[in-house]
Amino acid sequence: MNKERRDFIRKTGLGVLAGICASSGLLPKFSLEETVLPAWDEKPVPGKIRWGMLIDTRKCLNECSECVAKCHFVHNVPDFGNRKDEVKWIWKSSYEHVFPTSTQQFRTSDVLLRSYIAMCNHCADAPCTRACPTEATFKRWDGIVSMDYHRCIGCRFCMAACPYGSRSFNWRDPREGIKLASVDYPTREQGVVEKCNFCSDRLVRGLIPACAESCPQKAFTFGDLNDPKSDIRALLESNNTMQRKPELGTKPSVFYII
Amino acid sequence: MIEKALKGNRNYWAWIASLLAVIAVGITAYNRQHWFGLTVTGMGRDVSWGFYIAQFTFLVGVAASAVMVVIPYYLHNRKEFSKTVIIGEFMAVAATLMCLLFILADMGRPDRVLNVLLFPSPHSMVFWDVMVLNGYFVINLVSGWTVLGAERRGVPPPSWVKPVIYLSIPWAVSIHTVTAFLYAGLPGRHLWLTAVLAPRFLASAFAAGTSLLILVTLVIKQCTGFDTGKEAREKLAVIVTYAGIVNFFMIGTEFFTAFYSHVPSHMHSLQYLFFGLEGHYSLVPFMWFSLLLGLGSLVVLLLPGKKSSPKWLAAACTGLVVSIWIDKGVGLILGGFVPSPLEEIVDYHPTLTEVGVTLGIWAIGLLVLTILLKVAVSVKSQE
Repeated sequence: MNKERRDFIRKTGLGVLAGICASSGLLPKFSLEETVLPAWDEKPVPGKIRWGMLIDTRKCLNECSECVAKCHFVHNVPDFGNRKDEVKWIWKSSYEHVFPTSTQQFRTSDVLLRSYIAMCNHCADAPCTRACPTEATFKRWDGIVSMDYHRCIGCRFCMAACPYGSRSFNWRDPREGIKLASVDYPTREQGVVEKCNFCSDRLVRGLIPACAESCPQKAFTFGDLNDPKSDIRALLESNNTMQRKPELGTKPSVFYII
Repeated sequence: MIEKALKGNRNYWAWIASLLAVIAVGITAYNRQHWFGLTVTGMGRDVSWGFYIAQFTFLVGVAASAVMVVIPYYLHNRKEFSKTVIIGEFMAVAATLMCLLFILADMGRPDRVLNVLLFPSPHSMVFWDVMVLNGYFVINLVSGWTVLGAERRGVPPPSWVKPVIYLSIPWAVSIHTVTAFLYAGLPGRHLWLTAVLAPRFLASAFAAGTSLLILVTLVIKQCTGFDTGKEAREKLAVIVTYAGIVNFFMIGTEFFTAFYSHVPSHMHSLQYLFFGLEGHYSLVPFMWFSLLLGLGSLVVLLLPGKKSSPKWLAAACTGLVVSIWIDKGVGLILGGFVPSPLEEIVDYHPTLTEVGVTLGIWAIGLLVLTILLKVAVSVKSQE
């Protein structure tokens, strides 16, 4: 083989390679269609924002469960009508169940009779994300503990790890338990874990979480815990609040005014 | 060498056929679970692990107990264990296989199991458990098979196998330590949140796993006439006795810490298991049966002369296996979930489907063990 032939073959090969790279977008400058990657351009700064929720339990009405209904509708949370298969993102329970390690003796009857909202705490130091073997549940840059339903293997380690019972498993096909389907959020599959996502799906659309929006009593305050000028910080500074099981060091992002 | 498993008498084939029948039942049950989801089990939102994870925990102990023959034979050169060591190693292989199958059976999406390797997460104890269990499976299969193959050809085993065997010793400790860490690092599960869990797992493993090994050698002697030696069995029985005592001592320390400190959350699970809590008593008879059976078996082993009688030895070993299976399998897993983190009590009962899958996996384990031991016994008795 003479030199010209070898050069010709080499150059043709390189040309074909460059063509493949260009058309597949590996060389952005030469790509046929420009690749837009805003997520890379405006990379979020981890820890800058920490979304949090403050629930004023004094305002919460016992007979009302608008927040639960709205959240479960928006996110296509199934209802099978039994406790064993139950999936829930937000629910109401009694003081002794939501705050089992807090003062139980000599509380006013008002405190003991009231019902309390329980949801994922989006802990700053979340045991569930530590336990997950596939990073299917992970901490986002804005403090939200999120789920990747397509990566979850259904081992339920996160459920054993969560000290708040905030996680649910799809013991059966969830679509069978959805009476009225919402188009705002995808349904899940049988065999994966799910939980409250702090409405990360609504936040990107500029909406506040569904529970906060639906509350007729305005008992929820959603905001950035790291922003000293936010409403939630103002309320946290002017009220005596508490978190669920603070002794575990999980640093919940959900606070309660009792 | 595997061809030796294809030659056997009528009893051998009847045993294989019955195992295959149970496996078929298990596959049918698993098919149902795979189709309808884990809702067909007794597990639910509150008790989210059950029978499968209980078997898994117990069997990790059985697998780890192989070191109780590997250490005396390979480290201390105790020749009386020469015929038992291969049985211990192959038992570890079968037990580890069952562990992996029970994890698979428990998963909601077993088709995604490789995600554990695709997205390795060193912060998750499951990742480490998958690593050490698969490693242990390979180590025991390779070392057992290689040494046996060399023996068949009448040559000394290759020199590379010694380090592999030595590696199996710390590795056995690691599988059970990591398994304990699966539970012992979770906040809000007070029965599990104890530093003594890993040592207790090891003690109960060396008691129940070694007991099972003694029973297997007795069965082999009965069925094939191949005797691993009375002396080895009695030495193993001594190990069982001490490990059993340490295990029950540590259970006692759990009681002391919970009930003397009087911290409610620390007492609740033990109260639920042993005394009943708020009208829920379903596990109380099992836990007391386990405790009394275990202590009774230890008394038999401690009485002079009882160890050398095969009948008493078999009875005591069976007692310890059943006792520890209840305590460390069922009791430990369910007690971790009841009361729930919201202090609610929900009872758990396994369903027929769940029991079917469980029996199927045990049958697969026994089938693998039978085949491996058939080869081992054929080689050892130079058929």
